[in-house]
Amino acid sequence: MSASHNHPAPAPLGGSFVTPTTVILALLVAIAGVIMLVRFFFGLGAVTNINDGYPWGIWVVYDVVIGSAFACGGYSVALLVYIFNKGEYHPMVRPALLASLFGYTLAGAGVMLDLGRYWNFWHIFWPGYAQVNSVMFEVAVCITAYIVVMWIEFSPAFLEKFGMKNVKRKLNKFLFLIIALGVLLPSMHQSSLGSLLVVFGYQIHPLWQTMLLPLLFLMTALAIGFAVVIFEACLSSSGFKRPLEMQLLGKLSKVMLWMLTAYLIVRFVDLIVRGAVGSMFELRIETLMFWIENALFIAPLVILASPQSRRNPSKLFIAAVCLMLAGFLLRIDSFLVGYETGPGWHYFPSVPEIMVSIGMIALEILGYIALVRYLPILPGTTESAIAGNK
Amino acid sequence: MSISRRDFLKGALAGGSLLAAGAPAEARENKVMPGEALGLLYDSTLCIGCKACVSACKEVNDMPPEFSTEDHLWDTPLDISGKTLNVIKVYQNGTAENKDSEIDGFAFMKVSCLHCADPSCVSACPVSAMTKDPVTGIVGYDKDVCIGCRYCVAACPFGVPRFQYDKAIPQISKCQLCRQRIPEGKYAACAQVCPTGATLYGKVKDLHAESQRRLAMKPGEYATFPRGNINTHDQSPHTAKAAKYIPHIYGEKEVGGTQMLKLSAVPFDKLGMPTLPDQSFASKSETLQHTLYGGLIAPLAFLGVLSFVAKRNVKHDDDANDEKK
Repeated sequence: MSASHNHPAPAPLGGSFVTPTTVILALLVAIAGVIMLVRFFFGLGAVTNINDGYPWGIWVVYDVVIGSAFACGGYSVALLVYIFNKGEYHPMVRPALLASLFGYTLAGAGVMLDLGRYWNFWHIFWPGYAQVNSVMFEVAVCITAYIVVMWIEFSPAFLEKFGMKNVKRKLNKFLFLIIALGVLLPSMHQSSLGSLLVVFGYQIHPLWQTMLLPLLFLMTALAIGFAVVIFEACLSSSGFKRPLEMQLLGKLSKVMLWMLTAYLIVRFVDLIVRGAVGSMFELRIETLMFWIENALFIAPLVILASPQSRRNPSKLFIAAVCLMLAGFLLRIDSFLVGYETGPGWHYFPSVPEIMVSIGMIALEILGYIALVRYLPILPGTTESAIAGNK
Repeated sequence: MSISRRDFLKGALAGGSLLAAGAPAEARENKVMPGEALGLLYDSTLCIGCKACVSACKEVNDMPPEFSTEDHLWDTPLDISGKTLNVIKVYQNGTAENKDSEIDGFAFMKVSCLHCADPSCVSACPVSAMTKDPVTGIVGYDKDVCIGCRYCVAACPFGVPRFQYDKAIPQISKCQLCRQRIPEGKYAACAQVCPTGATLYGKVKDLHAESQRRLAMKPGEYATFPRGNINTHDQSPHTAKAAKYIPHIYGEKEVGGTQMLKLSAVPFDKLGMPTLPDQSFASKSETLQHTLYGGLIAPLAFLGVLSFVAKRNVKHDDDANDEKK
């Protein structure tokens, strides 16, 4: 019976909301807010560097494509706990889910900033307007559904706080369905985020254009999900001065490494089968970026090769960061570096464009800090020290 | 790591069911253009670069001028954009002395929407703002439906749809073959004003036959070329020496065929037209989507397996929580 439950129940952290960290975060959010005003009054070109050769900049590629991949912790852990029945990881569900909830909700909100004709956004869900052959239709519907599902999945934390035991009990009856949807929906849209590029055809460099894009994006989203859980556990343990659950994280990193190995096999076999090996050794920026991307994917396998290193918090943290950067680069490379519509087009994000993305991240962290202090999310500390070190 | 074999198999089964259920779906072929499809034939060898088409296009489509010179005296667009639907570009090599010569020569190319038989922009558009007319085959755009996501801009293999980055209320701009003029009995302004018949309007099947007639001409011999509308013969023909054509009708097969056909004496890749496969990118993308999501069979099967497994595992969860309280 793997779903053993000796874990301490989640409890609010308490403490002050106003700290130097939260003040700086709030400032970053405010700066992004001002830039948004300019964008809405003067058009996308007033603050971004996007153009007809690169119509999608970092507000799409970072805020949505990468942002949602970084928000896959909830997905990865839910898959492990509820589908592979590894109850030992149960204490990780709520913190991971909260980060995912924020990541996705902001990715969804971020889309609105980037849409040129945002007031029509509802057309995407409206029969008669909705165009079901579009990959973006699938992505939009699935991400929206997942955001709703996550709020329901997460609602026990609120219900506990407000003592609504009845509602919670009723919710528990069909929670399995919500959990199943919480695994299905990210599987669908994380893969579709890769499929978005298939219709771009020859405009995507052969190092990234493949019919396996959905599989590559799905596998890396799962691996990133595990990396993000490790990353967040390390950060919140140092930030909130809590013990690190090393045993669990070490085990989790092993799952992550298996996923990574499988990914690299699929990635390179696909390149060989498609005959794209030659483009791996050309002297161009795409090739360089390809190797940096893949070196970062391989790095965690080297860093965490021995069981000792998997018990070393700093090595775990570095490996997780490498993998997150690798997933970041895979998406940047396939959407921007490997994208070429013709001569004469260039894109690098402008400072205001970057400040908006930073503002979104700041808002995410701010929300996370506020909620873990207020709601029962993180495992209660008194017992977790024992649980973590046993 | 102690995932038991049984647990692992269950999880793997759930994953496998998604792939297995998706496998038998049928590949989506290239879409075929309507029999009465309307289009243009652009013959680079007849074009004299007068840009009457650029000016007429601006006028009938109510587009603003675009300046590329310092004095801002007249409309001088260098490329299609949020303000310009059609331009004539020039190729130059070496001394640029000879018209329609790849070496030491020059040649013109019209840049505007090619109205694909199986357009990437229509396949990409999540809200049916880009549509292909079932009768005329014209790829039209409806700003009132558009959400401004610019997936069409990114997807088009010819880089045709453009976006207005400088406007708070922007829209996509692209050539719609003057479809608003058809009810008035008029046709594409670019073809109507073309003095040499370099841009010719009409049914694609007739334009295709005309292209083949030109490719069969003897280079250097005088021939007549229809002007304006090939179907109504509303204008007198133009007489010129037949050029030494590249034996390729651009748009006949590219990405499943386009309703704009192009002829040239200089290789098309030199004139900025990409070398493209016969299979449309839209068919590739939709085959993939239909394989994974056709009839929602695979997702529902996967959901079934996930719910079954989750139901068992969540039960344990509840029991454990209850014991604790």
